Amino acid sequence: MDPKLDLLYRLADDQLILGHRNSEWNGLGPILEEDIAFSSMAQDKLGHSLQLYGLLHQLGEAEPDTVAFTRNAPQFHCCQLVELPIGGYDFSLTRHFLFDHAELLRFEALAGSSYEPLAQVARKLRGELKYHVLHANTWMKRLGTATEEAIERMQRALNETLPYALGIFEKTGAEADIISSGLFIGEDELKSRWQESIARVLSQTALELPELQTITPVLGGRQGQHTPHLQPLLDEMAEVFRLDPTADW
Amino acid sequence: MQNEANSFQLPAKSQILEWLQAVKDPEIPTISLVDLGVIRAVELDEATGKVYVQLTPTFAGCPAMDYMKRDVERTLLSHGVPAVEVEISLREAWSSDMLTDAGREALRQHKLSPPPVLGNQVLDLDFLEYAECPNCQGHNTELRTPFGATLCRAVHYCHDCRQLFEQFKPI
Repeated sequence: MDPKLDLLYRLADDQLILGHRNSEWNGLGPILEEDIAFSSMAQDKLGHSLQLYGLLHQLGEAEPDTVAFTRNAPQFHCCQLVELPIGGYDFSLTRHFLFDHAELLRFEALAGSSYEPLAQVARKLRGELKYHVLHANTWMKRLGTATEEAIERMQRALNETLPYALGIFEKTGAEADIISSGLFIGEDELKSRWQESIARVLSQTALELPELQTITPVLGGRQGQHTPHLQPLLDEMAEVFRLDPTADW
Repeated sequence: MQNEANSFQLPAKSQILEWLQAVKDPEIPTISLVDLGVIRAVELDEATGKVYVQLTPTFAGCPAMDYMKRDVERTLLSHGVPAVEVEISLREAWSSDMLTDAGREALRQHKLSPPPVLGNQVLDLDFLEYAECPNCQGHNTELRTPFGATLCRAVHYCHDCRQLFEQFKPI
């Protein structure tokens, strides 16, 4: 696949799917502010996916709605982390922390991309992502220094989520071209910046970051291999659209 | 003002900007899109009288963009401009530094704390936690949550007047 398309599909699909998952907290948040926070982040992420699908459309791919709502799971390039059900708040918060630290660093790097339309989108998105990271850090620090139960649950969530989080950095066949053409710094470099960034926050809590080298990453998402959770999500997300794909909203 | 296209006098750019002062943010009716910094460029095609306006979203997922676009078109057409083209562009990413002084005052009128001027992209997350209370102008305030009623608002608490208040987020 063309390196630009390869990169954009991964970025856009991550946003769309995690945006949809975050929206599932609407009405269910443990406190009102968290209900609003996850709903707002969902709205941001859908906006981000729209910008990225818009770039794909400029490159000759189908309209954003068509791309978002008519593909099936094997055609999605999101990492498996984003498609997992929301679970408990401990899991959703941990996923949000691990994912959005990578996002902020990714889009900061993409602000310098050789592909100017993507650099422009990245310059826009990185400012918004700061708020996602600020939110995640606040709650990780709060719960990671709270009661014994809170610390134990957050530690368990961290241990269970990390293998999936490492799947964010799964490389594709286009990786070498992506780096050599200056599109992006590459997944290995991003991963090392991410590790430093999450370690800095976790060091201010009672939580321990396990040795990442000892963890087997959950891969496959970037190649279209997904958990059984993705297809039902897509079916639900596209249910109305598929009733009449030609409807004018 | 003549409305017929053939007798239409080309307005000055300053006149167009003045007309656009009437186009307000649909969620904050005290502030115009000009003072919000959302209108990034206005150009005039002398030959055809067509006015080109470039808008940029405050937040990428802002649901009000289409509404703003239509409102700009409607307003200019109502002043007799023969043709309007509105483009939504990210060429210049919006920053809260683009708010004008009048815009900051308009936010205060709506009891929204204006964002501090960043000067440049500031990466320090702590900076996002500062806000001046729009009720008592106090600075003894605390960020409660970076997410509020709309994407562009955060919720703070003032320890001086003991009120929750909203801030237009610095970005």
